[in-house]
Amino acid sequence: MAIEVRIPTILRNYTGGAKSVEGSGDTLADLIADVDSRHSGLQERLVDAAGLRRFVNVYLNDEDVRFIGGLGAPVKDGDTVTVLPAVAGGAR
Amino acid sequence: MRYDSLLDSLGKTPLVGLPRISPDPTARLWAKLEDRNPTGSVKDRAAFYMVAQAEKDGLLRPGSTLLEPTSGNTGISLAMVAKLRGYQMICVMPENTSAERRQLLEMYGAEIIFSPAAGGSNEAVRVAKGLAAEHPDWVMLYQYGNEANALAHYETTGPEILADLPSITHFVAGLGTTGTLMGTGRYLREHVPGVQIVAAEPRYGELVYGLRNIDEGFVPELYDASVLTSRFSVTSTDALRRARELLDREGLFAGISSGAALHAALAMADKAVAAGQEADVVVVIADGGWRYLSTGAYTGTLEEAEARLEGQLWA
Repeated sequence: MAIEVRIPTILRNYTGGAKSVEGSGDTLADLIADVDSRHSGLQERLVDAAGLRRFVNVYLNDEDVRFIGGLGAPVKDGDTVTVLPAVAGGAR
Repeated sequence: MRYDSLLDSLGKTPLVGLPRISPDPTARLWAKLEDRNPTGSVKDRAAFYMVAQAEKDGLLRPGSTLLEPTSGNTGISLAMVAKLRGYQMICVMPENTSAERRQLLEMYGAEIIFSPAAGGSNEAVRVAKGLAAEHPDWVMLYQYGNEANALAHYETTGPEILADLPSITHFVAGLGTTGTLMGTGRYLREHVPGVQIVAAEPRYGELVYGLRNIDEGFVPELYDASVLTSRFSVTSTDALRRARELLDREGLFAGISSGAALHAALAMADKAVAAGQEADVVVVIADGGWRYLSTGAYTGTLEEAEARLEGQLWA
């Protein structure tokens, strides 16, 4: 089983510079724990006691996970998870 | 239609069907043409409301200076309102925004202070907040946290849409300051049971996200996630592709964020078709494509255009 997890620049020191890593799990929480087992410390940057950290956005197949189950969102083979920092971004 | 002045013509924008791009006659897309506002963008609503509220609150005097972190449309809107109401305008913006926006701001008499490209709009917000602290007589209306921004949409955009399309099932817009989605979303949810409020968030290149500490992120103070029912992250490739489709198939020349909103709107329409449900999906066209011409978004192949957009702020 392979789920691609895309890592933002700021967190690539945990992945040896890799832009994306693979993992497995039934839920997003499982997946993060699985990735953390090979890239120690990553989980703590993403998750705190209350859940996903405030300035971290996680997208499952481009959809913000906070609207599709959060850490409990089911994930499956072939899914793509993208992690991005919350930014003002944009030209408004 | 006749108005006493430009500002009176604000809003009341057309809602235009998109029969060619809609996936099915049962899942209809409707474009709310916000480029038909006084300075050509949806931000005119927020700018007018924020200034009007500040005047009511006694914060502004003739000759007052307005300060705002803005890469474009809000600055242009505020500069117009400032000019007509007799205020000075200072815009703080990242140096990597399109030439047309800078030119328009200067034409409206705004002064621009540039913030570094790396760090994007977070940095512009930071710089502006710093300047506001140093100059207490300057007024920072602060589009990211000013409730008058969302109120503009609650009082105008939402009611216009409901009056034109009582059968609305989905409202889709770009997510930036979040004002459009918060204000219109709240209004529609109060009046239309089961309506879906869908955000399309631009996904930029790595330069924009930069190396800022992930704990120093930014979430607009206006943002209340409970107003949304879905939120999508849309790449520049998808946004560009859809903006070009809109032009090719419907003759509508829209900005790139409108392409992002359309991408999310089409996803919702497809879901409705798959579920055998009728849908009337309103998508906000925040501005026309004019301010993005110099980004190269509309020339050459999609791949060439995407490469040119890398590192630029397109929404």
